[in-house]
Amino acid sequence: MMTCKQAVRLMSEEMDRDLATGERFSLRLHTLICLGCHRYRQQMSFLRQACRQQVAPGDTVPPLG
Amino acid sequence: MNMSAHSDASQSPSASAGSRSLPPQADNIAAELSGFRREMLRFAVLQLRDQASAEDAVQEAMLAALQGADRFGERARLKTWVFSILRNKIVDIIRRRVREPSYEEPLDEIDETDFDPLFQSNGHWQRDARPADWGDPEKTFENRSFWEIFDACLNRLPSSTARVFMMREMLGLETDEICEELSMSSNNCWVVLHRARMSLRVCLDQRWFAGSEQRK
Repeated sequence: MMTCKQAVRLMSEEMDRDLATGERFSLRLHTLICLGCHRYRQQMSFLRQACRQQVAPGDTVPPLG
Repeated sequence: MNMSAHSDASQSPSASAGSRSLPPQADNIAAELSGFRREMLRFAVLQLRDQASAEDAVQEAMLAALQGADRFGERARLKTWVFSILRNKIVDIIRRRVREPSYEEPLDEIDETDFDPLFQSNGHWQRDARPADWGDPEKTFENRSFWEIFDACLNRLPSSTARVFMMREMLGLETDEICEELSMSSNNCWVVLHRARMSLRVCLDQRWFAGSEQRK
């Protein structure tokens, strides 16, 4: 299984590029089992929302897919 | 050329101050626009890390908004619109900066080993470093003091890391565009973005979320 250290790297990259099917699958599996990484993913989404608030204050941002 | 000497007496001072070519609609939005000035300046300073260029960018954006007032319909909120103009001005300034012959990519990146203490030797989270629940983002965003911490955390990023991160997350450029502008490889770009996010989340966690009732 993928380590948390590898998972956080992929969770960042999924915000910048399309993950390959295998990467997506292993990541999904990992975040299903690992609460820490599940929350990390929510925190990444939080960061993105916070940044978008700066550019379009008050506009709603679609959550991370 | 002295513009004020020729200004039409029917025009308001705000509309005649910047340029003679302002459409009549400029009057309607001038007051509302100036209400956004502080926020715009804060945004520009964060991106450019330089007060003088930030003020120039805001001024140019405001003038462009006034000049384009006749094209501004109900299609967007005024604030969203003027921020998108400001965003474009900032992107232009960054592009100009990196093209200057004197420009050198600063070597002040975050070292990846900085995050090693968060993980055990088997690559899993250390018990006390495991990410916590940050609660409802909307609720946090309503808190003004949160944004002070957020700015402080952004300002703590090394400047080249911050530039890549903000080009991606605030100016909304695609990674390809950023790589090309800054002559970086895609992989390097992803690594920098990852480090920026890691260090922002550690900073916010320590300076905002730790000790708050959100933490479980």
